[in-house]
Amino acid sequence: MPDIEHILKEHPFFAGLPPAQGKLIAGCARNHMFNAGQYLFHEGEPANEFFVIRHGHVALEIVAPGQAPLVFATLGQGEIVGASWLVPPYRWTFDARAVELTRAIGIDAACLRGKCEADHDLGYAMMKRFLSVLVQRLHATRLQILDIYGKR
Amino acid sequence: MERSSATTAVISADALQGLIDALAARRYQVVGPTVRDGAIVNDTIAGVGDLPAGWTDRQEAGRYRLEQRADGALFGFAVGPQSWKRFLHPPVETLWTARKDDTGVTIAAVPKTNEKFAFIGVRACELHAIAIQDRVFCEGPYPDVAYAMRRRDAFIVAVNCGEAGGTCFCASMQTGPKAESGFDLALTELLDGDTHEFLVEVGSDAGSEVLAELSHRPASHAQLAAADAVVACTASRMGRSLSTDGLKELLQANPNHSRWDAIAERCLTCGNCTMVCPTCFCTTVEDHSDLTDASAERIRKWDSCFTMDFSFIHGGSVRKSTKARYRQWMTHKLANWIDQFGTSGCIGCGRCITWCPVGIDITEEAAAIRAAPQTAKGA
Amino acid sequence: MGAPPDPLIPQLYRVSRAQRELADTVTLELVPHDGARPAFQPGQFNMLYAFGIGEVAISLSGDPNDRRTFVHTVRDVGAVSGAIARLTTGATVGLRGPFGQGWPIARAEGADVVIVAGGLGLAPLRPAIYQVLGNRSRYGRVVILVGSRNPQDLLFRHELEQWRQRLDVDIGVTVDHADPEWRGNVGVVPALIPRAPFDPHDTVALICGPEIMMRFSANALRDAGVAADRIYLSMERNMKCAIGLCGHCQFGPDFICKDGPVMRYDRIAPILAVREI
Repeated sequence: MPDIEHILKEHPFFAGLPPAQGKLIAGCARNHMFNAGQYLFHEGEPANEFFVIRHGHVALEIVAPGQAPLVFATLGQGEIVGASWLVPPYRWTFDARAVELTRAIGIDAACLRGKCEADHDLGYAMMKRFLSVLVQRLHATRLQILDIYGKR
Repeated sequence: MERSSATTAVISADALQGLIDALAARRYQVVGPTVRDGAIVNDTIAGVGDLPAGWTDRQEAGRYRLEQRADGALFGFAVGPQSWKRFLHPPVETLWTARKDDTGVTIAAVPKTNEKFAFIGVRACELHAIAIQDRVFCEGPYPDVAYAMRRRDAFIVAVNCGEAGGTCFCASMQTGPKAESGFDLALTELLDGDTHEFLVEVGSDAGSEVLAELSHRPASHAQLAAADAVVACTASRMGRSLSTDGLKELLQANPNHSRWDAIAERCLTCGNCTMVCPTCFCTTVEDHSDLTDASAERIRKWDSCFTMDFSFIHGGSVRKSTKARYRQWMTHKLANWIDQFGTSGCIGCGRCITWCPVGIDITEEAAAIRAAPQTAKGA
Repeated sequence: MGAPPDPLIPQLYRVSRAQRELADTVTLELVPHDGARPAFQPGQFNMLYAFGIGEVAISLSGDPNDRRTFVHTVRDVGAVSGAIARLTTGATVGLRGPFGQGWPIARAEGADVVIVAGGLGLAPLRPAIYQVLGNRSRYGRVVILVGSRNPQDLLFRHELEQWRQRLDVDIGVTVDHADPEWRGNVGVVPALIPRAPFDPHDTVALICGPEIMMRFSANALRDAGVAADRIYLSMERNMKCAIGLCGHCQFGPDFICKDGPVMRYDRIAPILAVREI
């Protein structure tokens, strides 16, 4: 799929990847379009696919009984939705909902995990990138839980 | 206080009464040292009889005792717990009063009193303390007008120290023991067997005028030499020393030094040091109103950076721990003050060492940090 | 022109308008009983006095070109601020000021301007925003990033929407959490900085909000390449006299009342990271 390979190459998350590795990843990828209000995945579902947002806006939510869902993060153009595919039991922890029309590349989790096991160079390149994203998200989340605007 | 040519004279100890009388006649409230409650404090004096004749002080970290001298020296002691700060920068002052009634609110300044002070016995270090507070209160964007008036109207009789205190380090801070400027008259006590007289140095026209009313005679070479010897002897017997080279940078660069934690184990945050320090100037304000909400006033009072409330912002105090509060005081005094006002805030009088209940000694603490800079806990 | 008023004595002002912004936040417009309102710089503050209760430092939040009123946005967080926040139209309040160093708006001319506001921090920045937008052609790109706890607590929401309608300003808004009705960003303000459209090599940044938010926003700006001497924070400490004589507002060697509240980041960066200073 040459145009997906091209799209992935242009995407900031994959910047600097050798073309051979880009090809490997493209082999696991396909196009998606989500309408406003459509869910990319729900909590508890198998984490089969993670998403690279080309454009649009996705909200991560948690549902609790008797309350409206609580949105705790939104992700936009250029960002990655989904980390639970990386670690067992490979199940989604939250809901992800498209806030507006969103186009994304979906990457098959099992496919990519298999390729990373077979090619450790690819595996290392992916882990480096994901780790950086996760660390940033961890820091941001820590700031968020401080509730710095709240009364003390 | 302009200095006229370095005029000197000698007066007898008895003539001191004439000096006090001349100042009282000019409507000065004459303030000088006197013994009370086991210490030498500054208070209104009527005459030479109120001075601490024959008394000296023994000062060490956390310790102050008066002792009888073998002679009758009038100024044979170092410094008492208080300086002249409480006259020039009063502990309590009403800033304004307000009234509220059907016609509205009015706020009015408090009329200035015309009190003027004559200080007898200001030490060289204390002259520097006064100059330091002059900079704080008069050289900022909003001068303290009441302070400036008290300063302008004050008459200062300095005394060159004949005794170095156990905790003194004016020599290190270059604030003494000789009074160089900032006085109207400066006295050096010369006591030799039966001879008891004072070398007088004139520091201003006002001083010259007052001296003219006293019986005096020119100073002989021997008397000038004796006065120099007194000061030299005092300078050689300092109880403490403080190295000030690079001290500002050292303290500002070491906010996490483990020594601060060690001090915090001892410090009671009692604030004695700030109360006795001649340069500490922090104040707070209190707003009072009566029960009918018809009148209100604002009072300014001495405050201390050691109180928990001092750094309070919504949510809590910035400096809660003892470590942070002690660090603030010492870093401000020896380092930040230089950035703020161009000189150290410390005059080397040793009061904070003497009057600390647990005997914390800033010269020792500064030396300890200097000996092991950048020591981090767990590093 | 008479002598300036004694900086220790509150001048009397009347509340000409009281507008509720949020459940605990009110904007007051004040006019002097006598004489003209003194001029002020964006970023400065006044000491507001509630009769018999006390004084509190509140930043000016109005347009400096409005020569008639002083505008203050007050949140009820204590005895004095609560009393001030509950004042109604016609009430009398005491006022000393304006005091302090303001935002360096003149220094930003010719450069991109990035304004980062967290929570109530948007209030002290609003006069700077008015001044920049009022002379828009003097600046490069103008970016305003606003963070809030949730959409209900967004300050000056109506004005944010108006500014967003302009074609020559980029507005980014984010909240710490929201319900699904919110279609905007959810996340912390520093996260908006990497993708904001400004040239980091020619930007002046003004930041105001809780100290944690200011520290992390300054870090994000530095990571993006903005010079430390072109980032400004509005600092806050205990304020009593507001004229540099009582010692309470010291932050390191600086007095927040006269060397601040607006402070340049490179000067304060070393002590921002020190606990309890």
